[in-house]
Amino acid sequence: MTQQEFLNTVMPFKDKVYRLAKRLLVSTEEAEDATQEVLLKLWNNKKKIQEYKNVEAFSMTMTKNFCFDKLKSKQAQNLKIVHSNYEEKNLPLQKQVELHDSVSWVSKIIEELPEQQRMVIQLRDIEGYDFNEIADMLDMNNTAVRVSLSRARKTIREKLTNTHNYGIK
Amino acid sequence: MVLNNIEKLLEKYENGETTLQEEQVLKNYFLQGTVAPHLEVYKPMFTYFMVNQQEQFTKDVPLKTTRKFNYKWISVAAVAVLMLGVYFKMASTNNLGTIKDPEMAFKEVSKSLEMISKSLNKGTATVGYLNEIDKGTATLGYLNEIENTTQIIFKSNN
Repeated sequence: MTQQEFLNTVMPFKDKVYRLAKRLLVSTEEAEDATQEVLLKLWNNKKKIQEYKNVEAFSMTMTKNFCFDKLKSKQAQNLKIVHSNYEEKNLPLQKQVELHDSVSWVSKIIEELPEQQRMVIQLRDIEGYDFNEIADMLDMNNTAVRVSLSRARKTIREKLTNTHNYGIK
Repeated sequence: MVLNNIEKLLEKYENGETTLQEEQVLKNYFLQGTVAPHLEVYKPMFTYFMVNQQEQFTKDVPLKTTRKFNYKWISVAAVAVLMLGVYFKMASTNNLGTIKDPEMAFKEVSKSLEMISKSLNKGTATVGYLNEIDKGTATLGYLNEIENTTQIIFKSNN
């Protein structure tokens, strides 16, 4: 497999990998590193790529596992306090202004969701995968995906309604 | 009518029962601008999804075709070095510096023997200093005399 062939297979979903990583790791820098790592792993195992049924789903699973490892690792635990700072590195002023914007409320609400629901929301509502693909990527069954998706959507809606009506969190 | 449809879809959506097409319908509805006031809540949600869909990974990945070093070649190099070593060794053993002419050979031998004897003499010369030690020990003999006299003194005390 040449570099060009590899890029052709990987390019279509590299952004999806990045967004999933960002959903789980929150900070942009960490997500970039994670994406790079995942892509390099794919590249190093490029001989095996043809054997995979679905390279995209495989990479998403890889990303998920990699991010979990990252979150579990000691390094992440040490950086926990720093973590939330990271995110506001670019344009902090603009971010502050945006905080009043309800769109950024959504991102806050999603950040508070459990990891699994976050991933399901990401894969379904943002990336638009169907249930079978998601179930495949996350090693869950179809019903479980539906249930956590429904829970996530309801939570987001409820919290949004709250902020909308009372102007509180 | 449209609104009714949207409301139904929203309910299905929250139960996670919508298909991707139906979700697309919802997204289009909420992104097209005018939204019914009681559904305003959903708007930021769909806007957020839309915005996030556009985020891209911009960092480039260093895909180097790093050829792995083949360790077989190390053994080849080792063998080559070994062969060279053996070759040079063989070449040098052929010339031991043998002298054919007997007179020359005698001269050479006597020269080297002379050198050996000279260096040996140097060594023995330094051994001469050992005599000094003998002298030292001889003077020590006088100590006995002192002991004798002290014995006499102690005896008389007793």
